[in-house]
Amino acid sequence: MLRENQRRFKFDWITIILFLLLIGFGYLNILSASHVGDVTSYFDTSQLYGKQLIFIGLTLILIILILSFEAKFYERFASIIYIVAILALLGLFLFGKDVNGARSWYGIGSMTIQPSEFAKFATALAVAKYISDLQTNMQTLKDQIRVAAIIFIPALLILLQNDAGSTMVYLAFFFVFYREGLQQIYLIVALSLIVLAVLSLKYGIAITAIVVTLVLAIRYFFRKKKRASIPQYILVLLLAVSFSYGVKLFYQHGLKTHQQNRITIFLRLEKDPVKLEQMRKREAYNLIQSEQAISSGGLTGKGFLQGTRTTGKFVPEQETDYIFSTVGEEWGFLGSSTVIILFVLLIIRILYLAEAQKSQFSRVYGYGVASILFIHFTVNIGMVMGLIPTVGIPLPFFSYGGSGLWGFTILLFIFIKLDSNKINEW
Amino acid sequence: MRKLLLLTTVILVGLVFIARLFYLQVYGGYEYDIFEDSAIKKEYNYPKRGYVYDRNGKLLVANQPSYDVMVIPRDVEFMDSIKLNEFCKLLKITKETYYKRLEKASNYSPRLSSPFVQQLSKNDYAVLQEKMRKYTGFYIQKRSLRFYQTTIGANVLGDIGEVNRNIIAKKPYYKLGDLIGKQGIEKTYENILRGIKGIKFIQKDRFNKNIGPYKNGIFDTLPKPGKDITITIDAELQAYGELLMTNKRGGIVAIEPSSGEILAMVSGPSYNPNLLVGRERSKNFNILYKDSIAKPLFDRGLQAMYPPGSPFKTLNALVALQEGVVTTEERFSCAMGYRYGNRKMGCHAHRSPANMNIGIYESCNAYFANVYRRIIDKYDSPAEGMDNWSKHIKSFGLGNYLNNDLSVGQPGKVPTASTYNRGYGKNRWYTTFTISNAIGQGEVLATPIQLANMAAAIGNRGHYYTPHIIKEIEGDTIPSKFTTPKYTTIDKRHFEPVVQGMFDVYNKGTADMLQVKGIEICGKTGTAENFAIIDSVKTQLTDHSIFVAFAPKDNPKIALAVFVENGYFGSRFAGRMASLMIEYYLRGEITRKDMENFVLRYSLEHEYQKPFSNEPFGINRQTTLEAIDEKEFQKLLQLKAEIPKS
Ligand SMILES: [Zn+2]
Repeated sequence: MLRENQRRFKFDWITIILFLLLIGFGYLNILSASHVGDVTSYFDTSQLYGKQLIFIGLTLILIILILSFEAKFYERFASIIYIVAILALLGLFLFGKDVNGARSWYGIGSMTIQPSEFAKFATALAVAKYISDLQTNMQTLKDQIRVAAIIFIPALLILLQNDAGSTMVYLAFFFVFYREGLQQIYLIVALSLIVLAVLSLKYGIAITAIVVTLVLAIRYFFRKKKRASIPQYILVLLLAVSFSYGVKLFYQHGLKTHQQNRITIFLRLEKDPVKLEQMRKREAYNLIQSEQAISSGGLTGKGFLQGTRTTGKFVPEQETDYIFSTVGEEWGFLGSSTVIILFVLLIIRILYLAEAQKSQFSRVYGYGVASILFIHFTVNIGMVMGLIPTVGIPLPFFSYGGSGLWGFTILLFIFIKLDSNKINEW
Repeated sequence: MRKLLLLTTVILVGLVFIARLFYLQVYGGYEYDIFEDSAIKKEYNYPKRGYVYDRNGKLLVANQPSYDVMVIPRDVEFMDSIKLNEFCKLLKITKETYYKRLEKASNYSPRLSSPFVQQLSKNDYAVLQEKMRKYTGFYIQKRSLRFYQTTIGANVLGDIGEVNRNIIAKKPYYKLGDLIGKQGIEKTYENILRGIKGIKFIQKDRFNKNIGPYKNGIFDTLPKPGKDITITIDAELQAYGELLMTNKRGGIVAIEPSSGEILAMVSGPSYNPNLLVGRERSKNFNILYKDSIAKPLFDRGLQAMYPPGSPFKTLNALVALQEGVVTTEERFSCAMGYRYGNRKMGCHAHRSPANMNIGIYESCNAYFANVYRRIIDKYDSPAEGMDNWSKHIKSFGLGNYLNNDLSVGQPGKVPTASTYNRGYGKNRWYTTFTISNAIGQGEVLATPIQLANMAAAIGNRGHYYTPHIIKEIEGDTIPSKFTTPKYTTIDKRHFEPVVQGMFDVYNKGTADMLQVKGIEICGKTGTAENFAIIDSVKTQLTDHSIFVAFAPKDNPKIALAVFVENGYFGSRFAGRMASLMIEYYLRGEITRKDMENFVLRYSLEHEYQKPFSNEPFGINRQTTLEAIDEKEFQKLLQLKAEIPKS
């Protein structure tokens, strides 16, 4: 009996409480964002908030289910779960249903299910499984390519279904790989490529080339000991310039018009301020509305259900991707900062637990969970506040929708289960 | 190290987000203001502005609806060129104007309403009303403009115009595009006439559709209509006064002595009040404003300060009696003037020596010089005497603002000892230095309304009511300061001889040719010398013609001051006009057609052209009368005949 009790309370309650706080607060905001007129019944399933309440109820059942499996189950069946998820994604091409131009849903009666939300934890399991294999060495190119393939397959499938936002989530695994031994150079190259891309779009290829040349020259003259040969430097310069050129080409021809516009607006690539303003009004309607809604919240917000812009549904998609604008308007700086702090605490807590794992599988998986949550949190809130270009991606536990909520819950609670088992591991 | 990358990134992102939130929500002290929230539509309901009636119940000012297109720049959505063209066409403006106005409004405030196109025509309004919802950020605001039922009294009635930003900053009730009283009674009685606008807060959705009252309308208010007012003006008398002033410049102020009610307040040249209504207001206002020669916006009855001249002598007579320095029978001789030291104040030929009665009706300068010296020299020092004299004079409402309900005014001037101490040095001046005060020249300045009030105080034998324009306010009383008598420092018993003297001005004095059979008029003529700077030379112009009167002699019904610029001697224009005004008011018709014809026929426009002619010109005695042509004269007679109907 005693042992049973100890086991039950080994779950990390801090994580669970943070999760519950986020879910609860998320629900309040969905209620605000989706109610029309007075709220007559919280269980009115014709309303989004009523449905969300049901989703939350089902989530609790799901949690019990997840926690009742043996921890070993997830490691053992990681590959199979991954394959099922990939098959589910593939199946969309045959049986999927178009919603807003993205073929990401299965329709079952009046319900819809979005397999990409479940593919995340499946991929995280598969990555953890592969990396934790004793044979695997993340320093070798062979393993790097294989593990990259694990994330590349679902990412590509999702991209083909026109859901660029969900594709971006798979970048999260970079943090996992880096933690597990990926060489420093990848990080440097990745950061350099981001800087190069912004430079070439904003200031053109010529200036980018000059900047790269300068940086290389400085490096050449100040690094007397282990410096590379001049031809190598020239090769780097050539690669940089061709990348720069490629980015430019991609921006001009590879993107859809609306994607191109988002970048134009974000990086202010249009020189004429009048045209830029018109473009903002035309293309960045959501963003303008969401910034206004957040700003109008002030320090303390207008109060629960009192947001005038939320009530008027000024921000499109305010109950899904733009739910944070409702938080900003009704709860103000104090409330929205609290949400940010809750997310940061949750991610840090997961990282802390991950590092404390005895098994590499649990640690890698935990890292995957933290990274995925982090990308969602950063991209979503960054977008809603106009800090990064518009990308459609939900805010975990806040955005309306069953698939998303269940996907994140499974993702998180598998880790809680793994964590609870760490004592039994040896 | 590898463990820290994600951790630090997470913390960094959290901090950046909180900083961004701080910037958006707290930085800049942005406080939520429902008036700046574009999700809440503010629907203003402007109440009816109070009507204005004359003392006989004749409607002078009513309202007409007007429609403005307003814009909230932040809410304006991007329009493609087809939609924009269509919109500009509806508003009848060019695309350039569209962008210019949008920018102007945006510079004022992106969140608040600004007028975009004002006072639409009825047709434009009908067409626009249907389509307005298509253009997010624009809406139509109904307002009420003035509709003048008369062409007279522009200076009295005043006008309403758009509030400027200074007023908005001081009085938050007003929003851009609101109308406010700018001049006349519209200005002084703004708060009563205006009423209070109602407001409805309506929750909008992003398609600019109303989705219901904000918080069930708990903040909504109903408009409160403005109150009607009755003013003291007699519209017929006012119209007659304005007619008499045609082709002249000057002012007439007529007061009912028993109440201080202003019966007429004429300023010439005048203009049609309808010029300052609606779209044309600012254009017309600028024309009037920039006319620096005729100065139509300068209310000569209220703002023109001149030495009052001879009418002022009556006050010196009263002060002398009060101070007991002369009796009414004491005589002073006049040898065509008064000598003091080696100087002389001239006079004209008349019976001499003169007692008070003769002194007044002959307007003898020598008589009043003597009397004035007695008043000042009664005291040990001229300073003491001067201050005592000053106190008496000021008790007639001279030398200070009347503190009434007119939108403009001037204090005039009554000198005191300190005036001369400043000019000559303390106690380094003598009574003779100030002798011009004896005959209303020198340092004394007064406006026509002050002189009319002085006449009323004399007619009342010692008290007056502050001259005012308000007679009744719907459902309210008028301020008690207008119904409380103000007493002069002169005892009632001293007035009779002075009143008799003014009566004799009409019987046998300087105004004997202005008598109206059957009406006992008391009056006093006057002139004021005046100068203009022409090519930087101070040049004298023909005297201003001044007349002060009240009638009837006992229990006067009307007291007035008439002032005609460059009208020459007092009885020539001002006196005639005064008699005509009195007869018109008391009788409703004119028996002295000869006087009326004289005033209407002769114009002073040629006199006003002289300083601008670049040629030498004669003044006073050298001037001649110039008649207007017969057709124009007949037109004026026609206008007179139409007064009772208009
Ligand atoms: Zn004399």
